[in-house]
Amino acid sequence: MSTEEMEITGVLERVKTGVEAFDELVMGGLPRARTTVVGGTPGSGKTVFATQFLAHGITQFDENGVLVTFEEPPADIQANMSGFGWDLARWKKEGRLAFVDASPPANDELVIGDFDLAGLLSRIQHAAKSVNARRVVLDSLTQLFDHFIGDPKILRRELFHISTALKKTGLTVLMTAERNSEYGEITRHRLEEFVADNVIILRNVLYREKRRRTIEVLKMRGSHHVEGEAPFTLLGGRGVVAIPLSSLRLEQHSSTLRVTSGNVDIDEMCGGGFFRDSVTLVSGATGTGKTLLVTNFVSGGVEAGEKVIMFGYEESRGQLFRNASGWGADFARMEADGKLKVVSLYPEAQGLPDHLLTIQGMVDEFKPNRIAVDSLSALERIAPETGFREFLISLTSFIKKREIAGLCTATSKSLLGGESASEQHISTMTDSIILLRYIQERETMHRGLMVLKMRGSEHAKEIRRFSIDGTGMHLGEPFKEAPNVFRE
Amino acid sequence: MAARLLRLYIAGNSASSRRAQQNLERLRESIGAHGWDVEIIDVLDRPELAESARIIATPTLSYEDSVRTRRIVGDLSDTVRVLEFLGIDQEDEA
Repeated sequence: MSTEEMEITGVLERVKTGVEAFDELVMGGLPRARTTVVGGTPGSGKTVFATQFLAHGITQFDENGVLVTFEEPPADIQANMSGFGWDLARWKKEGRLAFVDASPPANDELVIGDFDLAGLLSRIQHAAKSVNARRVVLDSLTQLFDHFIGDPKILRRELFHISTALKKTGLTVLMTAERNSEYGEITRHRLEEFVADNVIILRNVLYREKRRRTIEVLKMRGSHHVEGEAPFTLLGGRGVVAIPLSSLRLEQHSSTLRVTSGNVDIDEMCGGGFFRDSVTLVSGATGTGKTLLVTNFVSGGVEAGEKVIMFGYEESRGQLFRNASGWGADFARMEADGKLKVVSLYPEAQGLPDHLLTIQGMVDEFKPNRIAVDSLSALERIAPETGFREFLISLTSFIKKREIAGLCTATSKSLLGGESASEQHISTMTDSIILLRYIQERETMHRGLMVLKMRGSEHAKEIRRFSIDGTGMHLGEPFKEAPNVFRE
Repeated sequence: MAARLLRLYIAGNSASSRRAQQNLERLRESIGAHGWDVEIIDVLDRPELAESARIIATPTLSYEDSVRTRRIVGDLSDTVRVLEFLGIDQEDEA
């Protein structure tokens, strides 16, 4: 076993990046005194990620930093990063951040013969010493290769030397490098092969006219990491915000407390109501009464003295309010009383990760006892399948973590049954499923409701007829002959 | 005529830095030492000077007296090209 191997078998100290969900992917942060290469196409968020790494160190851990800029002069970076709430100029003045300006100077230059990068290294070390730095960012190395375009071999050797020298003094190094394509070679000039202990990839893929940003840990020398792409978003005032997914643990304890669905008959069918921290899916074809069940769920909560938040993705606030008043629920008064908050958004207005953050932000601000989402199918159409699945996992675990009752709707594609994609995805993640179906009986069409699943509880197994009038939903007798509600 | 100044940024005792100093010395002899001042700056001893001149690579020869700063990175092994780039006509000066 070489010394290198001996050393890495010990527990590596972690350096938090400030991107919470990302730190979870890499077991707490980047290993201290190691070099990490962050690769990404232009506009993938490399500079933001790298700057956040420094900013977080400065503001949260008293770990000062050095920012080596190859592309833009420091003044430009300061201006670009101020939108994320990072005051680089002030930190510089306070002696917590030092710049090394390695952007191309405006003079004529020629390369004749062999050279090294001792000039750069000595400037970085000088800067690190002057602010007693613990973290160093070099952004981006690709610019350096463009500068000395004829000598990639020398640069590789020299960058290896710089990386080694900085690590030796205990600095945690983050280098960014450009990629030519989202799924091609890891970085241009294959930098990662000779300098990187760890490799991270940022992606920015266009999908159905929407940007989908992901972060992937490709390599983490000597330690474990979560595999696969995790979505993230860039937010003003915050920077890189990754969406926690696979690292989510099933640690929510389940409650046995029951809350009303807003309809006594359905409560009875469910064995006494929904559980307080459970997510229920209402699935049905268009016109079967999903929005009515949502309205019942909302007003039932408010009548029981709870606070309710509702996210509508199919109808405007005006429409939602009109529908509700048609069934005797006064949403406007509930909102005025501070008991209800109705949020209506176009699914296309933002990507799914941003929708998730919107929901999380508003829930944490309003602190409701229950949440309704109408409908998941509208959100599904703007996202790739994997993205939608990730969104659902995050949403349901978030709802459970906050210990609030959730009701989501999904539209089945065929009128008589069959499973929509959202049903397939969500059925394993939700605690309860209520199906609303058109059921043909001889020459007439009826509507039927059944509780398909109720985790941790007895529930009625029959399919009940129901009708809808001005006062809401009324459940009738069960169907005598069992129709096939799953028929395609 | 005021002496023209060449600054050579080196990194300690590295092979390329030594070669650059030797090559520069030969060059001065060939164009006549008169009228040329040479300042050697070791970036390992004076990182703040490397910082203010924004030196990345060493050795770097900087000719700052001309209208526009010209720099040559490397060990200056090709003297003809060095003179050409600095705009010094070898025969006239010699």
